[in-house]
Amino acid sequence: MDLVIFAVGNPSRGDDALGPLLMDELERQAPPGVQLVNDFQLQPEHALDLHGRALALFIDAGAGTPAPFEFRELQAAAGHAVSSHAFTPQEVLRVYEILHGHPPPPAFLLCVRGEDFTLGEALSASAVKHLEAARRHLHACLAAPAAEHWRQQLAGTQGKTEALR
Amino acid sequence: MSFELETAANREGLRRVAIDPVSRVEGHGKVTLLLDDAGHVKEARLHIVEFRGFEKFIQGRPYWEVPVMVQRLCGICPVSHHLAAAKALDPVVGALTVTPTADKIRRLMHYGQILQSHALHFFHLASPDLLFGFDSPVQQRNIVGVAGAWPEVAKKGVLLRKFGQEVIRITTGKRVHGTGAVPGGVNRSLTAAERDELLAEADRMIEWSHEAVHLARQLHEANAALYDDFGLFRSHLLSLVRADGALDLYDGHLRLRDARGQIVRDAIPCADYDQHIVEEVKSWSYMKFPFIKELGPTRGWYKVGPLARVQNCDFIPSPLAEVERQDFIARGEGEPIHAPLAYHWARMIEMLHAAEIIRGLLDDPDLLSDQRMAGGPRGREGVGIIEAPRGTLIHHYRVGEDDLVSYCNLIVSTTHNNQAMNEAVRQVARRYLDGRQLTEGLLNHIEVAIRAFDPCLSCATHALGKMPMVVELRGADGALLDSAERGG
Repeated sequence: MDLVIFAVGNPSRGDDALGPLLMDELERQAPPGVQLVNDFQLQPEHALDLHGRALALFIDAGAGTPAPFEFRELQAAAGHAVSSHAFTPQEVLRVYEILHGHPPPPAFLLCVRGEDFTLGEALSASAVKHLEAARRHLHACLAAPAAEHWRQQLAGTQGKTEALR
Repeated sequence: MSFELETAANREGLRRVAIDPVSRVEGHGKVTLLLDDAGHVKEARLHIVEFRGFEKFIQGRPYWEVPVMVQRLCGICPVSHHLAAAKALDPVVGALTVTPTADKIRRLMHYGQILQSHALHFFHLASPDLLFGFDSPVQQRNIVGVAGAWPEVAKKGVLLRKFGQEVIRITTGKRVHGTGAVPGGVNRSLTAAERDELLAEADRMIEWSHEAVHLARQLHEANAALYDDFGLFRSHLLSLVRADGALDLYDGHLRLRDARGQIVRDAIPCADYDQHIVEEVKSWSYMKFPFIKELGPTRGWYKVGPLARVQNCDFIPSPLAEVERQDFIARGEGEPIHAPLAYHWARMIEMLHAAEIIRGLLDDPDLLSDQRMAGGPRGREGVGIIEAPRGTLIHHYRVGEDDLVSYCNLIVSTTHNNQAMNEAVRQVARRYLDGRQLTEGLLNHIEVAIRAFDPCLSCATHALGKMPMVVELRGADGALLDSAERGG
């Protein structure tokens, strides 16, 4: 399995811990062959972690994300969204293209809805619910770690998200 | 007290422009400009719009947790907080000095952090502005644009940063949230294999860092009129220096130079920082305004970071960086260089120094020793000061009989530069915005001035959608006239 999973977030900033919490679980039960990358935020060198991988998944908390989570395929983007020291997943993919001269592997985003990102706070009650839903979806992804399977899940996931709004 | 353009005389009748938040800096910053009907700038402020609560986050925790927990204050320089906390808590376990192995592994970790942070800033945050120009199309003005036009520059930036991250991973045991430094020393040494892994790349990092110094210098000299004048203000310079006056980013004593280059305070022990530095609170910003107590808030504010450090020291104790420092100093013709855009050149000199220091440390057998911890009679208080990538970082703790932190005071680098950044914003606003139509390119001039200081305005909340760039134009009655958003 040539899968790399990035989980991004600060464990001590409320719902920003959603990504690291899912990564903690993955680290205890990760299928062999899956590379796990945990960091506060994405940076250009994360493009190097994509090298040699057939599939990538970015897990992050999102403010304003449809609840309980959003799951979608990503494309490399050269946009002007460099809005902080942190990169977006799309920019990381674009850096990969530039470094290697060919497209990155198929990449997906699992963005879990967060509400409160205050330093020192625990997960919000709604984030706990979103985490559970995201966990089930993540396990379904890992059961069939192939881009074609994940694309098939997109329509169903979006339907569930709409129903929960 | 108030500085020129800090507070307008008749604020109610002025047009308000907000840049919220400033893009490509950490966290939530906001710039507001109040303009009169003729478009003249009457007030310019850089605000911090998020309360940090760092001290509250730390107080009440067991002291031994603190070097790990403080890494969560910042997603960009966690290692600086990690080391400052460990240094501050060394006396609590009686380690008034740490072992040579602990000292050298901590230094290796710190200079790895300096190298990766400076590489990130120059290649990924600043170079789009510097290579394309402040008024270039916003779609081009980012690292992806740089990578398209100068792929080798972008690639070296990525790999320099990657090397710094590898130094951190090897010295802390993990890529993030490592636990390498503990009160009293370090909890792991290097293996020969780990040392050799870094040695294999170290000389190349020096070579690329040297090239980066020359690139920064060329950019400065090719457009000297702009670089020497953009956002220019004069202030004191504050930093640590080694006992012999050398640049030392890990330890030393505090030195203050005035705007003309005269040393006005020297050899201030770190433990005495609070006898000299006080912080003023202003109602319009969550970030305080530090100044030197004896000089007062009007005269006693200062700047920190690479531009201060490279000029505050007497020499740099690594050969290639020292040559570059001398060339840099010569440009000032006997006076300190205060131009904010000179931060970039100075930052690259420090990156070269960091690469040289790392290379030198890797030859030291103490890195492989298991003499990692020191101790002695327990203490209850400690101050740790370190020169973080952005400037002087102060951690101060008191620990109770129950081993819980009872007092915590942090003064982070960006706070030291608060007044300096505000001054730069006012200078740019006065020069480039006054009486002119506001465009994205002109507003970017404000951001360019702020980014020169590489501020870290909040820390580590990066969640998708949390940080859009919003520009708001409001009429005198507060009504929203226009807005634009990018990023996020």
